[in-house]
This record gives sequence, structure tokens and C-alpha cells, in this order.
Amino acid sequence: MPRLRYSEPGDHIESRAPVTVSRYRGITRLNHWVTATSLILLLLSGLALFHPSLFFLTGIFGGGQVTRWIHPIIGIVLFFSFLLLFLQLWRLNLPRPEDRTWVANIGEVVKGHEEKLPELGKYNAGQKFVFWAMSVLIVVLIVSGVMIWEEYFPALVSIPLRRIAVLVHSLAAVAIILVFILHVYAAIWTRGTISAMTRGTVTGGWAWRHHRKWLREIAGRDRKGPAE
Amino acid sequence: MSDTAPQPTTAAANPPVQPIAPGFDARDVVRISATSNVPQPERQLTKLAKLIDVSKCIGCKACQSACIEWNDTMPAVEENVGVYENPHDLTPDMFTLMRFAEWENPATNELEWLIRKDGCMHCEDPGCLKACPAPGAIVQYSNGIVDFIHENCIGCGYCIKGCPFDIPRISRVDHTAYKCTLCSDRVAVGQGPACAKACPTEAIVFGTKEDMVAHAETRIEDLKSRGYENAGIYDPEGVGGTHVIYVLHHADKPSIYNDLPDNPRISPIVEGWKGVTKTAGLAVMGLAAIGATLHGLFARANQVEPEDEVEAERLVETEAPQPQPREDV
Repeated sequence: MPRLRYSEPGDHIESRAPVTVSRYRGITRLNHWVTATSLILLLLSGLALFHPSLFFLTGIFGGGQVTRWIHPIIGIVLFFSFLLLFLQLWRLNLPRPEDRTWVANIGEVVKGHEEKLPELGKYNAGQKFVFWAMSVLIVVLIVSGVMIWEEYFPALVSIPLRRIAVLVHSLAAVAIILVFILHVYAAIWTRGTISAMTRGTVTGGWAWRHHRKWLREIAGRDRKGPAE
Repeated sequence: MSDTAPQPTTAAANPPVQPIAPGFDARDVVRISATSNVPQPERQLTKLAKLIDVSKCIGCKACQSACIEWNDTMPAVEENVGVYENPHDLTPDMFTLMRFAEWENPATNELEWLIRKDGCMHCEDPGCLKACPAPGAIVQYSNGIVDFIHENCIGCGYCIKGCPFDIPRISRVDHTAYKCTLCSDRVAVGQGPACAKACPTEAIVFGTKEDMVAHAETRIEDLKSRGYENAGIYDPEGVGGTHVIYVLHHADKPSIYNDLPDNPRISPIVEGWKGVTKTAGLAVMGLAAIGATLHGLFARANQVEPEDEVEAERLVETEAPQPQPREDV
């Protein structure tokens, strides 16, 4: 089999009339939603401790003490969940020459004139940005978070270093929330995207419009027969 | 209850025997953690202070014993590792600690045994309170006492990062932060702190801050007459002054007293974290969320057109003809 440049081995044409394309396996979707749930819970519990006006959010978790206890534990869950997701997704998120053109013409993307842009593989530069931003920020958050995990690592690092860690942790948290908003917003604005993470499939039209090289590669591969 | 307890002006006074109402309470709070616009109290209590005259301390640890007894704590028995500090550090059950330093005075070539009673300094500008994310877990009264309200504490340890003196300790039992209260419960009923009352040499004295500063000045004058040219008061400006103040025989070098900070202040990192990061961060996140929602509601979405579907079908047809039986592979 030729080396796949734009698609994962599991991606395939699921039906032909109308065309639907399988984009994410069940295990990847489960992995994504465990990560997403963790991130949302971390966001709520973290914001509660970030700003006094949001302290009431601790009520969701059963009070300040429980929030303080559970936040880092969810953080550990998120870290390992995202690690599994990372291992599945990193290859096709490596930068490619067409990403530069895509970013340079981001205005056309926003206006919905994607036909003026180069054909793309499984991910566009925006999706790649979200992926790498999440990856980097999660590492920053877990490292700084362990440094300020009072319950289990009270004296892991010096107090001056803990001050830096807590500042870095809150800045990284603000950044990851912005990336999260971008991610959710892009998924909603680009209609037809969400089914990729719910049912696992997208329509052929969606694939043609946004990720044509990905569709071409899968379609070409399927010539060998769907039983492969 | 008939009378209200007076503000204590000395640690020596004995308690009244009849029941009395507290001399100060929640109505006298001037600052509350994670709370802005605290209504200011109608009255201003006299500022209080505990003065620790390091030059008079004999290191007997009566203050520690009195502290343990009054606060009913039970510091764990530790190993003797050949130092005088006992316990080895402040703990959630030991709010004050005698720290011993052997210092060779370069001017005289003599060894000096410097003993400092460590504990909460009750800063006028408390870093712990500024760092605390839990509303009402740390309060400051108008007499200067900074107190932890345990039922509101969530045990996050932010106070530890905020404190310039490394004082708060988190209990492994109830997961809340502990430190010296300046015996706020005793002061409220007209008594001085337990440590001050127990001190046999009056190295620890208690009263109004004005009186304590005046007393410190007489002590400094005395020390200077005995050759301690650099004797002075430690009431650091960087934290707005403190309500626990020291008389040091070497006030030019506070750090020789077991790393007493030379110029304590709330770390600029903590100020930046609790200042611009908190405010600007919330604003940026809020704007992004609102902006995305509005754009989502009013802007045209990126729709897949019917011709995209047709193109896709054509592509799949040409690239991948209807699958034939396996022999065509």
C-alpha cells in the first residue's frame, strides 16, 4: 500500500450515494469526548478559583474544598486522555507547504471562498493550530499544575518558583480557553463538521469543500476495494 | 452579658471574671479575601501590635508552649537532628517557632546566638489575603489582625504563594491553612496574646502599635548605649508595616536572623497574577465567548453547497469505480 500522506488508514468511503466518509473511529471519538469533558470541567473548576466573581462555580462540584481537590485529578485524566489523542492525530497535523498559503488567505476562508485556496489534506492550518496549541498548553498546564498541587506536592519546588508556576498556569489557562472557544466555534460555523465527532462521518460534499486532498486519497485508495 | 471587652493595651492584664461581649468581631473587618467593595466599619479600632525584642529573648520556648496550650494544638513529636528548633519548622499545629542562628560578628569576631520568634507578621498589606481565591477565608480587622476563617478556606495554598514570610501551613487533616491569629479570640475579650503573656523576660510585649513603637525606641536607645550601633526596629514598609514588630540588635542585616527578609513585599509576580492577569484574562475570555456567539448568530455560516455533494460523488465515481469482485484487485 502506498504511504498515506493525507489520511489515516482507517478513513474510508462509507457510502456512495450520497457519499459519506468515515473520519474518526469510535475509539478516537470516545477519546475526544473524554478529553472534551475533562477540559470543560477543568475550565469550570479553574475559573472558579481564577476570579472571585466566578467562585460560585465551585457549587457545581460541591463546594470550594471539593473543587480544589478534584481540579488537579481531572487534569491528570485530561493529560493522559489527550496524550492518546495526540498519538493518533499528530502525523497529519504536521505542517505542509499549503498551510502557508491557507494562512495568507485566511480572509477568503472566513468569507467562505475556499475554492480560491489550495486543496487540503485531513486538516487545514487552523485545525493544526488548535492541535498544536492544545498540545503545548496542556504540557505547560500539567507541569505548572503539579508544581502548585498543594495536596500531593506541597514542597516539590520553592515558593518563588511556585509563584511563577501559578502565574504561568493562569496565563496558559486563559490561552487554552481562547483556543477552546476557537475550536468549538470553528466546528459550529463550518456546518457539517460536528458529525465527524458524533457519528464519525462527514458528507462527501463537506470533504470535497474543505479537505479535498484527503477525499481524493481515500477515494483512490478505495479503488482496491472496500474490503481491504 | 453586660460590658464590652476593652481593647487590650498590655499582655499582662488578667481576664475579667464576669462574662463580657467581645471587643471586636466581624463588624470590624476592613478587608476580606476575594471580595471587593467591603463595607467599611463605622468605627476604627486602635491599631495593635506585638513587639518581639530579640535582644531580650532567652530561647526558652515558653511562647511556643503557651501557643500550643491556648490554641489546643498537638505538634507531632519529631526526631532530634541536633538543632534547637523544635519542631523543625512551622507546622499547621505550631503557629510560632523559635529559630536559632549562630552568627559570627565580623566586627567583633564574636559568636552571637540570634534567636528569633518566627510567625505571622500580620502585615498591613497582607499578601495571603491578596492571593486567596476563597471569599471570606482571610480577613483583616481594623486593629490590624489578619485572621484565617477556616470554614471558608479551601486548602489551595495560594496564601503560601502570597506570603512574603513563608508562614501559612496547610493541615493534612482538615485541608485548611493555619497560622498565628495574634490570639484574636483572646484580644476580642480584652487579653493579650498567649505567647506575650507567657514570656518570662518580657521579650514579647503587646499593646497599641503606637505604644509598641515607643517602647521599641527606648529599647533601641538602650541597645545603642551598649554598643549595638545598628539596633533598630523591624516594621517593614514594603508590606505597609506589620502588627508584629521586632527589635533587632542588627537591624541593618535582618537576614542574619534565619532569613528574615531584608525588604519584604508582596512578590510582583503575585501582584501581576492577582492584578492584570485576573482582570484582563477574564475580559479577554468573556469577549471571545461573546464575540463567537454573536458571530455565530448573525454571520453567514460556512455551508456545504449541493454542488459540493455532486462533485464529491463524481470524484468517488472516477477515482473509485463501483467495487468489483476481488479478482480486479
